[in-house]
Amino acid sequence: MKAKIYVTLKPSVLDPQGKAIHHAVETIGYRGIEDVRQGKYFIVTVDGSLSPDEARAEVERLARDVLANPIIEDFRVELDSDS
Amino acid sequence: MKFGVVMFPGSNCDHDTYHVISKVIGQPVDFIWHRQNTVADCDAVILPGGFSYGDYLRTGAIARFSPVMGAVKEFASRGGLVMGICNGFQILCEAGLLPGALLRNKNLRFICDHINIRVEATDTPYTNRCQRGQVLSVPIAHGDGNYFCDAETLAELQRENRIIFRYSDANGNLSADANPNGSLDNIAGICNRERNVLGMMPHPERASEQLLGSSDGRIIFYSLADTLAELAKAS
Repeated sequence: MKAKIYVTLKPSVLDPQGKAIHHAVETIGYRGIEDVRQGKYFIVTVDGSLSPDEARAEVERLARDVLANPIIEDFRVELDSDS
Repeated sequence: MKFGVVMFPGSNCDHDTYHVISKVIGQPVDFIWHRQNTVADCDAVILPGGFSYGDYLRTGAIARFSPVMGAVKEFASRGGLVMGICNGFQILCEAGLLPGALLRNKNLRFICDHINIRVEATDTPYTNRCQRGQVLSVPIAHGDGNYFCDAETLAELQRENRIIFRYSDANGNLSADANPNGSLDNIAGICNRERNVLGMMPHPERASEQLLGSSDGRIIFYSLADTLAELAKAS
């Protein structure tokens, strides 16, 4: 089972990389782009030893305790059993 | 008294720190390998600068799970002196021993330069030899030194006088120009509530010998040595 974890900076945190990308794409000529924020994407493969509920709990714990820094980042977990 | 300098895979200021304590300050010092689950008989522990675990995931994010960090946390909770320099500061924040986080520098550049910091508080084991308002010339070398915390935490740091160093110009003015990385409130270093844990982004160990351009940084290590000497006398 695969889990997809999206980690993004909290809206209150300055994202200079996102801003740099935004300025660059405006220079390239893209129109109508109001904002760009850069984040991280993790694909975590869970083996068959955990039930779907256990897998979700384990992956959320991993996201909260390791993959994201809750002081500055939000995260969202999607399990491929969600779709 | 004995100092300990922790080595993580990717630490690169460990030897500089060891050298300053051993040869400039003249105190016993040992390396502490990150896999040790004890700080042994060290009275002060320093987490040095570098790129522990290659800064993978986030700077300091993986080092905070190294076996030694359990011992460091326990040592700190007993009042032990713990100092994080640059990557060490990042690790202390990730480990929750200090509040807030260090973000990418606002201008996105890795900055390697001499800057000035102003000493804001002298009632810590790290600045007791300093004067309030004293300006120290020390180098920085970081890409992720932009200190951030929420408004409540900032108010608490200010109220409790826990901002120990701020970026300033050579005359001690806290201008925006003097802030190399966009840090909130020009914060260059903070301590915990109990004042035994300090984190700072600049490198005092690279400014402890005049030959390297400044010896302003060694006052921090002398302050630490004084504190340990006092503690040894008391016990």
